[in-house]
Amino acid sequence: MPARIGVVLFPGSNCEHDAVEAVRTLGGDAEVLWHGDDSLKGVDGVIVPGGFAHGDYLRPGAIARFSPVMQAVQAFAADGGPVVGICNGFQVLTEAGMLPGALQKNAGLKFLCRMATLRVETTDSVLTSATDEGAELRVPVNHFEGNYTCDDETLAMLRAEDRVVVRYVENVNGSIDDIAGVCNEGRNVVGLMPHPERACDELLGSSDGAPLLRSLLESASRASV
Amino acid sequence: MRFDVQVETRPRAGIADPEGSTIERSLPALGFEGIQDVRVGKSFRFHVEAPDEAAAHALVEDVCARFLTNPVIEDSSITVTEASTV
Repeated sequence: MPARIGVVLFPGSNCEHDAVEAVRTLGGDAEVLWHGDDSLKGVDGVIVPGGFAHGDYLRPGAIARFSPVMQAVQAFAADGGPVVGICNGFQVLTEAGMLPGALQKNAGLKFLCRMATLRVETTDSVLTSATDEGAELRVPVNHFEGNYTCDDETLAMLRAEDRVVVRYVENVNGSIDDIAGVCNEGRNVVGLMPHPERACDELLGSSDGAPLLRSLLESASRASV
Repeated sequence: MRFDVQVETRPRAGIADPEGSTIERSLPALGFEGIQDVRVGKSFRFHVEAPDEAAAHALVEDVCARFLTNPVIEDSSITVTEASTV
């Protein structure tokens, strides 16, 4: 049976259908989960997609973390379930305390909508298990607040525990240590600013996002056994 | 009792403030000299009903820590004053 991925929809999310489409293209099953529901309906993995949840009011992700579905996502993650936050989803996961650090305004204060090159720094995560360490992937970014930051202690911990999952080859937004994505201690929760779901077909300019989402599907299949 | 509350949030010391530094860099171009350390934050104003000032302050501190600021990157300062009865 294909892995079932739940894609969380907040008011203001706008990448949920891209994520659903990408998962289906890669042979998985996907459904949209409404933020006001407190159940994940038995899915095997979760994507918190990009967009502007709750209008990005206060701070991106600040209000989304209080949505009922987030309690279910936290419980799912605590049980080892694979969870990936993309762009605004990464912001939601940091605000919810599921990932360390925070995303602030891009250095240079420009909204970025461009292709970026990422380097896979570890294959020990639910988003990179089916990739090769050191692989360079072309995946688009599309954000204003993607400048990853954290205190020195947290950065030292992320490095020591090999929890920087992907780095920008060329730093596009001022992120500390070129960080594009990180994972939690259990390595089953990953957040990243670039959009792998928008790079799953050569017609879109790159299919380099496919191995990332395929990793998630494989992790979800394992989790469902 | 009713209290007027003002909360100001700003990037924590040591956290880069891209907005503040952009403003700071643009000041000399406009002829303003000698301005340093620009930090941009937010201001919130609201009313609180609480038995006394200490209780109001404690409530607002909790709101700040759990919602109005992201403690990873932001600090806040809180001002609580008894609302005028008029």
